[in-house]
Amino acid sequence: MTTPTLERDPERTVTAGGPVGAGAFRPAQLWASLPDALRKLDPRTQLRNPVMFVVWTGSVLVTLDALWRPTLFGWLIAVWLWFTVVFANLAEAVAEGRGKAQAETLRRTRRDTVARLLDGTTTGATELRVGDRVVVEAGETIPGDGDVVEGIATVDESAITGESAPVVREAGGDRSSVTGGTTVLSDRIVVEITTKPGESFVDRMIALVEGASRQKTPNEIALTILLAALTIIFLLAVVALQPMSAYAGAPQSVVVLVALLVCLIPTTIGALLSAIGIAGMDRLVQRNVLAKSGRAVEAAGDIDTLLLDKTGTITFGNRQATELIPTGGASTRELAEAARLSSLADQTPEGRSVVALCAREFGLAPEASADEARAEFVPFTAQTRMSGLDVDGRRIRKGAASAVLAATGVRSGEVDRLVERISDEGGTPLVVADGERVLGVIRLSDVVKPGIAARFAELRVMGIRTVMVTGDNPRTARAVAAEAGVDDHLAEATPEDKMAYIRAEQEGGRLVAMTGDGTNDAPALAQADVGVAMNTGTAAAKEAGNMVDLDSDPTKLIEIVEIGKQLLITRGALTTFSVANDLAKYFAILPAMFAALYPSLGALNVMGLHSPQSAILSAVIFNALIIIALIPLALRGVRYRPSSASVLLRRNLLLYGLGGVVLPFVGIFLIDLLVRLLPGM
Amino acid sequence: MDDTLAGLLQVVLLLVLLAVCHAPLGDYMARVFTSEKDWRVEAALYRLVRVDASSGQRWPTYAAGVLGFSFVSIVLLYLLQRLQPLLPMSFGRGAVGPATAFNTAISFVTNTNWQSYVPEQVLGNTVQMAGLTVQNILSAAVGLAVAAALIRGFVRSGTDRIGNFWVDLTRATFRIMLPMAFVASVLLLITGVTMSLRAGVDVTGVDGATHTLPLAPTASQEAVKMLGTNGGGIFNANSAHPFENPNALSNLLEIFLMLVVPVAMTRTFGTMVGNRRQGTVLLSVMGMLWGALLAVAWFAETHPNGPATLAAGGALEGKEVRFGIPTSILFGVSTTGTSTGAVNSLHDSYTGGAGGVTLLNMLLGEVAPGGVGAGLVGILVVALVAMFLAGLMVGRTPEYLGKKLGQREVTVAAVYILVMPAVVLLGAALAIALPGTPGALGNTGAHGFSEVLYAFASAANNNGSAFAGLTVTSDFFQSALGLAMLFGRFVLILAVLALAGSLAEQKRVEAGAGTLATDKPLFGVLVGGTLILVAALTFFPALALGPLAEAVA
Repeated sequence: MTTPTLERDPERTVTAGGPVGAGAFRPAQLWASLPDALRKLDPRTQLRNPVMFVVWTGSVLVTLDALWRPTLFGWLIAVWLWFTVVFANLAEAVAEGRGKAQAETLRRTRRDTVARLLDGTTTGATELRVGDRVVVEAGETIPGDGDVVEGIATVDESAITGESAPVVREAGGDRSSVTGGTTVLSDRIVVEITTKPGESFVDRMIALVEGASRQKTPNEIALTILLAALTIIFLLAVVALQPMSAYAGAPQSVVVLVALLVCLIPTTIGALLSAIGIAGMDRLVQRNVLAKSGRAVEAAGDIDTLLLDKTGTITFGNRQATELIPTGGASTRELAEAARLSSLADQTPEGRSVVALCAREFGLAPEASADEARAEFVPFTAQTRMSGLDVDGRRIRKGAASAVLAATGVRSGEVDRLVERISDEGGTPLVVADGERVLGVIRLSDVVKPGIAARFAELRVMGIRTVMVTGDNPRTARAVAAEAGVDDHLAEATPEDKMAYIRAEQEGGRLVAMTGDGTNDAPALAQADVGVAMNTGTAAAKEAGNMVDLDSDPTKLIEIVEIGKQLLITRGALTTFSVANDLAKYFAILPAMFAALYPSLGALNVMGLHSPQSAILSAVIFNALIIIALIPLALRGVRYRPSSASVLLRRNLLLYGLGGVVLPFVGIFLIDLLVRLLPGM
Repeated sequence: MDDTLAGLLQVVLLLVLLAVCHAPLGDYMARVFTSEKDWRVEAALYRLVRVDASSGQRWPTYAAGVLGFSFVSIVLLYLLQRLQPLLPMSFGRGAVGPATAFNTAISFVTNTNWQSYVPEQVLGNTVQMAGLTVQNILSAAVGLAVAAALIRGFVRSGTDRIGNFWVDLTRATFRIMLPMAFVASVLLLITGVTMSLRAGVDVTGVDGATHTLPLAPTASQEAVKMLGTNGGGIFNANSAHPFENPNALSNLLEIFLMLVVPVAMTRTFGTMVGNRRQGTVLLSVMGMLWGALLAVAWFAETHPNGPATLAAGGALEGKEVRFGIPTSILFGVSTTGTSTGAVNSLHDSYTGGAGGVTLLNMLLGEVAPGGVGAGLVGILVVALVAMFLAGLMVGRTPEYLGKKLGQREVTVAAVYILVMPAVVLLGAALAIALPGTPGALGNTGAHGFSEVLYAFASAANNNGSAFAGLTVTSDFFQSALGLAMLFGRFVLILAVLALAGSLAEQKRVEAGAGTLATDKPLFGVLVGGTLILVAALTFFPALALGPLAEAVA
């Protein structure tokens, strides 16, 4: 297993505006999407959404009725019912439209690319077959997804990832995979195409952002069933009302019955449901994560256990010098000077971190002076396991404890104990010697990223366990795990261990998410409920996971979980809001229907609405306008702050449940103030 | 003692009795449905009918058992009534008419006990004892069995077996209903309830003329009528009849009997799922609802308008003066909150507010605390729907007691929630639209409509009480209400068993900080809110034209 070396700040918040992100919602998008919304008035399109189909049918009925017996009231209701349908279409169209714009950009790169085959002939990128080998040189665009089979090159992947720093791609190993649509900046590579035409990364991305391949996710289906059941209940209530009213001596007109029905059925959530789903995927895309299915996004919200690679996710990729401990009577300053000298020529990250530490804490020059540069450097070799320099007759060495002690011939209990303690604490000890004299020990530690422990605490509140996976020995692993505050860790982890851990968690009914990039991660990525493959990883890993992170940032798993949760919360909150709205609508419409018959029912007109007509019309108008008003919320998702389930529920119940009960009373009252000015109301 | 104070003391005494009894009874019932051992008499019975007691059933098999058993029960009960002249102790009462026999057979097998006949004139002792009393016990046992199967769905993990219907039925009969009914009969006898196999006794009235007072084996049937939340009186006057319910003590005992098993079922549930607080939360929702409805009805009956009732100091029309307003209301709210339907006062004569309460109590799906078995099942399905929305709102695939609520669970819950409103609304709408109906109504206007709505609410919820003004002997009402009872019982049972099957197949997930705790008050609020909101939204228009129009008048 390899670990990505990209270093990222875990606190980094990704804002909208990547190359494929659509950014914040703008009202102008409503106008732009209007033609699409009108096209969706086709009954075949409406049939897919049972709630809106009922509204559509009701609109047709009322329109026919208004044609037959034209009244201003009838026409006004008809117009607003059509508005309701159009507004619902608009929500979906806006969500899709954001994707379409992104897709168009992507498609352009796709169409214009020319592929140069090994035999020198050229063909269109869209004509490439699996197994074709193409040559790509500096300045050219890679025509399709594949693996580098020859050569090494730097590649600009910003078209896909939005990341401007070029990456290295080379034949063999875990960095061989390239994506169509990206540009080679230097050198020449031969790429073997691995995807069929129309199934490449860019193709999938186009389909995804367009919403073309969007299938309803399990939760969405379950919710649709519940909404359909509610719709049927209200349909029954309204249908049964007519004979009851007739018996009471107040038969109702078709217009009024349809108006009541449309106000009662959950139109708000029915209208916004698909937009919420599309927008959820879009939020992932904005964070440069490509989910292969909506199901995976939903599953992300359900994750119970996160498997996180230690390196790159929990700690910075490299071990760094964090402490200098002098021994045998040497002063810290003396040790620091020797440590710096021994590391000046050591260009490994560890060596550089020693110099940096000495500069930071002892004010020693970070660069070699002219004199020092003349010294003779002794590079690190696998045999000596030491590096250092010879200057002015001094032989300064730094390296693994056993190697340095053997070379100096020193036997020191003090040094042994120190070395053991540092190992126990998860650090790596490097012993520094000047000639025959051991000056002390440098402690190299995995530096846990700042803020990561707080992040894990947050996850714990959300009910998510974090598990650190590392190839380190158990002692080191335990120490880092304790510092980072993870719930569990897997030391000396092999891909098989990882797989077994995932299986055990799933046996217990828990859902597991992980990140991975190597080919040997592929089985575990496939087994995990959410497997996020790094874009820098191999094609096999990308194929096995159900998401690909284009930024190759393993920390992003946490954001993905939050997006999944936000998606579900948005659906739940708007459903609650939608149903809670009905109470006010009853108080508006029922007295309007029956107050003439039973004047005492006028007591239900708590909003003091002007007349029966104005009351019904106001309720219908409110019902339509609330859809438009909530489109931004549906696209953005409700605010989500990691917290425990009961805190979340209490907040959302208050906001969307209680708010849903109260808001329409105010809204309908205000609309009625305007509506009553219309003639005949 | 002041009437109100006496009433309050009775309520307190009732609550104390229930609090004391529900835990041991609930735990005992949990043992009945989880025990591996068969009683000797049970084992003999299994051998006789060739049932392998040790094998579990998949839900379709279990459901086939319920339906098959109930179908045979209906046929037998129908035949008993039709062949009454051939039976002993019939006192010359002839064959019951086909429409009435059809309606009554369904009514008693579905635990509804709607009565469209006058028992003491129509039925002899054999049909009463071998037919109705037997079904009183068995229909309650079926309810318990179905509830046990649903609880197993939550408890079991990764299996398609939800128990054995024949074993559940046998145990519920022999270990729960029969022993409890026996004790209850004796207690009722002590309070003065009659028990006789004679047709009647001749008495000389104040007018000097001789009247025959019908007698019946009352105490034995009365016990199971209340205990099994059945409600079918052996006399037409039901629990207002002095032979069925002679005094305040018997009245309180009867109220206790109809509440005790449904209340204890919440404990059984908690014990079986391994967390008693899960049951306590549901019980609190039931209790709050019951208390709130009681308070509203009490207020409405003691604050009537109209000169006659004002002069009387309360709405006493249709009430037995030996019970008075408080205990009549206590009985009325308890009988409509369970699926009992026994009455000790005329709900038809209640004020608009109190009449509306009894109607609303049924339209809530009878979960305060509901019928034997059916009450727990009803509130669990509502809890599932509530959890579905709440689960989404905390950002996870909704789950309840460690079981995910996916497409299948929501579909079955939706069917369950849909059936009752569909039957009530369509039935009432159809009935009121028929030209013959206004003639069958005891009243005109809003109250007349309430009578029809009440009849269908009572039938579809297997309650059996009536707004007595409506004449329901026409073939239309006999068949329509019969069908309403059938749908209200068996479609729901099918849905519940399908739910049990799909839950049992799932692995149980442990609860964590991310899952919503379902043993806390917040969850109770949620379930109660969902219950009221769904019922209110569904029935608001219908109620507005009936009791609401009366109440605000």
